[in-house]
Amino acid sequence: MTDQEILAGLAEIIEEIAGVPADEVTPSKSFVDDLDIDSLSMVEIAVAAQDKFGVEIPDDQLKDLTTVQDVVNYVAKNAGSTA
Amino acid sequence: MSSAFPPARGARILSFGGYQPGNVVTNADLTARVDTSDDWIRSRVGIVSRRFAGPDETVTDMAVAAGGKALAASGLPPGDIDLVIAATCSDEADIPNVAAVAAYRLAIVAPGAYDINAACAGFCYALASASDAVRAGSARHVLVIASEKMTNWIDPEDRSTCIIFADGAGAAVVGPVADGEREGIGPVVWGSAGDLAPRIAIPDRRSYMYQEGQAVFRWATTALHPIAARACERAGVAVADLAAFVPHQANLRIIEAIARRLGVPRERLADDIIHAGNTSSASIPLALSRMTERGDLKPGSAALLLGFGAGMCYAAQVVTVP
Repeated sequence: MTDQEILAGLAEIIEEIAGVPADEVTPSKSFVDDLDIDSLSMVEIAVAAQDKFGVEIPDDQLKDLTTVQDVVNYVAKNAGSTA
Repeated sequence: MSSAFPPARGARILSFGGYQPGNVVTNADLTARVDTSDDWIRSRVGIVSRRFAGPDETVTDMAVAAGGKALAASGLPPGDIDLVIAATCSDEADIPNVAAVAAYRLAIVAPGAYDINAACAGFCYALASASDAVRAGSARHVLVIASEKMTNWIDPEDRSTCIIFADGAGAAVVGPVADGEREGIGPVVWGSAGDLAPRIAIPDRRSYMYQEGQAVFRWATTALHPIAARACERAGVAVADLAAFVPHQANLRIIEAIARRLGVPRERLADDIIHAGNTSSASIPLALSRMTERGDLKPGSAALLLGFGAGMCYAAQVVTVP
């Protein structure tokens, strides 16, 4: 899974859950400040990301993932040897 | 004294009753005492207003009010009730129990009477127990009451809980099905996740309730839709054929997420929380009584109930609307 693929998948999830158009989900965006996504939507996004990428994002990690790039990095790092 | 009855082929709900205290508390009222806003409360939990009981109004008082309405709507004389089950987790004291005192005040003479605590899942647990009692013949008519004064245990200055929880009661009368009538209370699918119990707790009788909102949200939106789906399967009712999905009114965001994952359209989701708040075990029968009173639910239609909360206890069943 490339970073681009993770970003595209994440953008789809965010569009579905938070109604933010997928093309606005770019790496530098902050969930809270730019995309207006609250902590409960972040939990829903984490759950959907687990279904899609097979990577669990626990609540205690979630609070440190503030930008789209942070989530992409976390998924990429924890996706294991799926290549 | 109650005696045993012939076992019934099945059980059904005969009537509902609901009670909310008179004191309406709006989001604006809460912003006057804690740092929050109407927008924040509506967007996070979906509540616009709720009711708080007065200082002298007890869990038992509200149980009597709701139980009396359900009893009157059933058309049965009080003497026909053999068993009273009260679901509550917010009573002022453990002794005496709510069920026996409420029964006495409703002129139900010497019924079996016990309380159960399965927190917000309490009504569904009590309904399952009532159905089993009727089917087994240990009772013929059961008054099930869920009554909660959550404000007994909520810190009025804790903005994470005081905006959510509220007071109220709901009740149902359960009896045997008539000859040739379909089962009216489907098989219960229930369980618990005690490993998560510390996420919602009142540590002792001198403490306020504590809740880890984010962890509870994650559990509720991931663990429960398969339970609800299994209750439909066991009742032989397709999700598409449900007239209503009536989950515990925990938080609008949680129940919308469960409904979405279950495949229930938004218009069939009970959203009584908007004007009732989270009344723990009372929320399901309170919603049902209002929906049937308004004519939103046609007699004979199928409603899926899903209780869930502290413990973490959960229970689901499909019922036929009286």
